Amino acid sequence: MKGRVAAGVGLVLLVLFAAFPFYWAVVASFTPEATLFREPSLWPRELLLDHYRALFTERDFWTPIKNSLIVAATTTIFCVTIGAFAAYALARIEFPWKRTILGFILAVTMFPQISIVSPLYMLLRALRLINTYPGLVLPYVTFAMPLAVWLLVGFFRQLPPDLEEAAMVDGASRWQSFTRVILPLTGPGLATTAILTFIYCWNEFLFALSFTLGPERYTVPVAIALFRGQYQVPWGQVLAATVVATAPVAIVVLAFQRRVVQGLTAGAVKG
Amino acid sequence: MASITLDRIDKRYPNGYVAARGLSLPIADGELLVLVGPSGSGKSTVLRMIAGLERPTSGTIVIGERDVTHLPPQERDIAMVFQSYALYPHMTVRENMAFGLRLRKQPDETVARRVAEVAEALGLGPLLERKPAQLSGGQRQRVALGRAIVREPKAFLFDEPLSNLDAQLRVETRAELARLHRRLSATMVYVTHDQVEAMTLGTRVAVLKDGMLQQVAPPMELYRRPQNQFVASFIGSPSMNFVRGTIERDNGRARFVADGFTLAVMDSLATRAGPVVLGVRPHDIALDGAHEGGPRGVVSLVEPLGSEQIVYVTTPGGHDLVAMVTSDFAPRVDEPVALRIAPSAVHFFDPQSGARILAAGATY
Repeated sequence: MKGRVAAGVGLVLLVLFAAFPFYWAVVASFTPEATLFREPSLWPRELLLDHYRALFTERDFWTPIKNSLIVAATTTIFCVTIGAFAAYALARIEFPWKRTILGFILAVTMFPQISIVSPLYMLLRALRLINTYPGLVLPYVTFAMPLAVWLLVGFFRQLPPDLEEAAMVDGASRWQSFTRVILPLTGPGLATTAILTFIYCWNEFLFALSFTLGPERYTVPVAIALFRGQYQVPWGQVLAATVVATAPVAIVVLAFQRRVVQGLTAGAVKG
Repeated sequence: MASITLDRIDKRYPNGYVAARGLSLPIADGELLVLVGPSGSGKSTVLRMIAGLERPTSGTIVIGERDVTHLPPQERDIAMVFQSYALYPHMTVRENMAFGLRLRKQPDETVARRVAEVAEALGLGPLLERKPAQLSGGQRQRVALGRAIVREPKAFLFDEPLSNLDAQLRVETRAELARLHRRLSATMVYVTHDQVEAMTLGTRVAVLKDGMLQQVAPPMELYRRPQNQFVASFIGSPSMNFVRGTIERDNGRARFVADGFTLAVMDSLATRAGPVVLGVRPHDIALDGAHEGGPRGVVSLVEPLGSEQIVYVTTPGGHDLVAMVTSDFAPRVDEPVALRIAPSAVHFFDPQSGARILAAGATY
């Protein structure tokens, strides 16, 4: 009993610790700028929508949202489709150097992003892709793909090979057994992979900052970061924008919580 | 339906494991051939090579008139029932059964008619709209069977299809499979590690060990005339007793002598004087209280089974023998008994090679 109480208290503290910044952002986004610094309060004293209104009238916050959606969605579609084929091959088909390839894919994610920003910038400039959607989608795909492949390899490996073999003996080609048997059964895995990839792209900052030039191509994190003027930071608006950008992601993750966790631990038990 | 011919099949894995060595096995059209052997004997691999799920390292596989050695499974027109049943979890029973026919672009009416016919025959009618998760183990087994039958394939392959069923259901399904084979008169290859299944189902039984064919014969032939010591010990339950000893010649008569164990044997064996392994099935040993001149022993354990009992006897030489006797005779533990073994009921094997030693005039 004592242990349970302690665990409960610990849990509450942990949740408070983790959720407080977001809570503070929500409260502050409803607080007038002046009050925010003079007498900050943990509780919302009034529900001021000025910051939100400013976000969409004074500033054009719709454009970064649109940009983020386009880039994140396109990257996700690429990663999940290509990743599914790659992962299926890695999970099921015997070919030489399989382990090496899998290791190599993982290694790609280990470069610090900052170390490849300059070379990527030069590459994209040569390809005339700076300040374009493809100029963001391409680098995102290279970074998100390994994650997608690793997750999907885990999901494919969980399926008993008997199922495909049964399909093939039944007369299905490899392609048919993939599309008619494997894909329908890995639906949850594909969804998880898509969500995680989407969140990764939605939150990405460094590439988006480096490879876009003007507000017409800024993504949400870049736009928020560049709210600050030369002499002042419009904290209220920054926080309102943060809430707007985070809420959809938070809702999606909460809705698919179980699947996302499953995705993160996939392959942990069965290698 | 079609015959299947395996010709000098070798299967070596990169890790050195050898699943088949020079395996040649013709399977007749309409035959139910059982591949039996202990785990690791390569029997499942042989089945998977027939299905096309594995490629032999060398050798050829012919189904009907066609060399299928290098054809993928989908072009071989065979059906397989997996140990796990491998039903497609996202499809209903109806869709599971129709899957193969649809892939072959059969017209809808044909598919519907075939599925209905087979479902009727297997009593699956009421289950057609259910998903596999909503079925019991026995029902899943039937669906797997139905999915195979619907296709009217050239041959059926079974990979330990009964091993996931409980004991009673297994016996029922076994009988049903035998009936099914008779009704369809289909070519079937059936893999099992259970010698009872092998004996009861097989038109012929092929015994495998370490990727090598030990003997192929109808079940009773296998039981009566095992070609080597491995087959003799594998087929039959309880397992055959073996005693190492020598055949001695004595005035044209022959007898088997081991430490504390002497047995008169067929005189024709006098020509094979020398070290041998004697084999005798538990059913071929009778026990009684008093017996002149034969081998004796002391009862060490009695296991009553109802109509019969298994009696463990230790001979003075320290050999442990198992006898299967009717329940009329009631030996008690630690009591001396005499073993009666008919000379015509014993088998002899070469102690080195394990090969059977033929004795002229034996009744088996």
